[in-house]
Amino acid sequence: MNTLFDKIWDQHVVQQVADGPTQLYIDRLYCHEVTSPQAFDGLRARGLKCFRPEKIYCMPDHNTPTHDQDQPITDPVSKQQVDTLERNAREFGLTHYGMGTRDNGIIHVVGPEKGLSLPGMTIVCGDSHTSTHGAMGAVAFGIGTSEVEMVMASQCILQQKPKSMRINVNGKLQKGVTAKDVALYLMAQLTTSGATGYFVEYAGDAITAMSMEGRLTLCNLSIEMGARGGFIAPDDVTFNYIKGREFAPKGEAWDKAVAYWRTLRSGNDAVFDKELTFNAEDIEPRITYGTNPGMGIGITERIPDPSNLPCLGEATNTPPKQGETEGVLRSLKYMGFTPNQQLLGTKVDYVFLGACTNGRIEDFRAFASIVKGRKKADNVVAWLVPGSWAVRQQIEDEGLDKVLAEAGFEIRQPGCSACLAMNDDKVPAGKLAVSTSNRNFEGRQGPGARTVLASPLTAAAAAVTGVITDPREML
Amino acid sequence: MKQKFNVITSTCVPLPIENVDTDQIIPARFLKATTREERFFGDNLFRDWRYRADGTVVEDFVLNNPQYGGCILVAGKNFGSGSSREHAAWAIAGYGFRVVISSFFADIHKNNELNNFVLPVQVSEPFLQELFATIQSDPKAEVRVDLPNQTVTNLATGHSEHFDINGYKKHCLMNGLDDIDFLMQNQDKTEQWENGNKVC
Repeated sequence: MNTLFDKIWDQHVVQQVADGPTQLYIDRLYCHEVTSPQAFDGLRARGLKCFRPEKIYCMPDHNTPTHDQDQPITDPVSKQQVDTLERNAREFGLTHYGMGTRDNGIIHVVGPEKGLSLPGMTIVCGDSHTSTHGAMGAVAFGIGTSEVEMVMASQCILQQKPKSMRINVNGKLQKGVTAKDVALYLMAQLTTSGATGYFVEYAGDAITAMSMEGRLTLCNLSIEMGARGGFIAPDDVTFNYIKGREFAPKGEAWDKAVAYWRTLRSGNDAVFDKELTFNAEDIEPRITYGTNPGMGIGITERIPDPSNLPCLGEATNTPPKQGETEGVLRSLKYMGFTPNQQLLGTKVDYVFLGACTNGRIEDFRAFASIVKGRKKADNVVAWLVPGSWAVRQQIEDEGLDKVLAEAGFEIRQPGCSACLAMNDDKVPAGKLAVSTSNRNFEGRQGPGARTVLASPLTAAAAAVTGVITDPREML
Repeated sequence: MKQKFNVITSTCVPLPIENVDTDQIIPARFLKATTREERFFGDNLFRDWRYRADGTVVEDFVLNNPQYGGCILVAGKNFGSGSSREHAAWAIAGYGFRVVISSFFADIHKNNELNNFVLPVQVSEPFLQELFATIQSDPKAEVRVDLPNQTVTNLATGHSEHFDINGYKKHCLMNGLDDIDFLMQNQDKTEQWENGNKVC
């Protein structure tokens, strides 16, 4: 009761359906090319228009190649999907940021960057990483295509109100430990289903000390604990980030907005359905070893022995069930790892910096800080993919492109890229990638590809040494 | 697609793996379709577990085992985690499943199933484990899913459990209605809300 989540949710309730879900008003719908075409088809089949087209923003990001975006996409199926979004946006009168234009990028990078995602809003997209926008102090969550169609048709969605959870991270993060490591740590503690059914508010001084980029990374990964969304109460960090952005309120409207946004906090008497507290000092740079993001360890730790499993779900503290051990062994077999193995020194084939998780300017600054004055390892193929054209521009403005070029790295063009390999950026079968993306599922980065999730610092350390390396040794 | 749901009695396909994510249910490379062709998605359900990279069949994967069949998929805990892709629900429906039984479902995927008239039935872990054992010992064993009474019954053992579904969604499934039908009838309420909330 009286949580920030309650405040934003309750304000957006159009009606409570008897013995059913809530009809919730949505302030912002984002659409990308993969999860929207069937929703537009649905509208056409029913003869409907978009109810509030000015609240819907579209951009392709999943299929876009990360080179030669001024040329037509060579894969005809990808091209058709990207073209379909543009055609649909035009037909339904929606804003569309086309591939290769300065406005384009990954939807979860562009939204906050343009000031389209603001505190107190309800935000949805047919994409589970919509939780990213929670960093702005918004209630943001991923939905399916039928739900996209619902929002297009009515600007509302029918949803059960989730339970509330607060996760406090107190203390100060060690040097070399980033928001990504915090998220990977939390996933390992909670498992990938530990927050299912909840909306998470992140709090504590380690969280409020994070930059906006760090907060976006943390909230982005809420879904990997099963949470529908995660958010952080807006504060001066948030307001300073938003001020002056393209769609941010201006002049008098700005003052009014900030005054309202300052009220968006959980009450001192707020009661959460669940509350967990962790110490920032306990977190070291993290990596994953298995095929779900909860299967992670500190970079100096060893892969757990599945016969001694409770470390996989410390927070739940339940003994392993029949089948669970087999699941871990299956994962390790896929990854080519063994129980009790330490991963430091393991040879790396690919490094991917980017995605809606870690494709922002701070991530490129972090990567550059490690590779500066060093050289890319010969055995590593590195893909550095900014989250948007604006990020790419800033990389150039700050001269990071030169630092990276001197170390043997090339900056590619924006898109989701190797995070889910819907474009050409696929990790070959059996190859090991250290990736700043969000999922290490089987085949996620290409059929048979093996993914180790890590922070931009850890990815950079692997890129120059050619093996999994503790980035703290290189700061 | 929209179809009325009442009582279903069927044999089951067992998938005793936990944390089955939607990337496994339908890999990303099959998400490029711009139409909702359930047949296409159904053909590629669990693609990389059913077929090797060269297209040959993985004989020991359960969907390739002719002993098992029916319109009920029984899966391990935390089914459908990860991506929000509704294509996963289309693949399950396209393959011919009407019900998925598990001891835990990921949120978004659960909604996606319901929106495609596939019924997610959440049961206790012991009920699930018993069901796996039943199917393993007799692939012809049947389960009855009774939506009006919200019960699921392992007919081989006679054990039955109640499952949760809200009254609204139950009404939708039993009558072949979807959420857009409801929302379009309630547009006046949306406009009232907008008139009272000019902030955002």
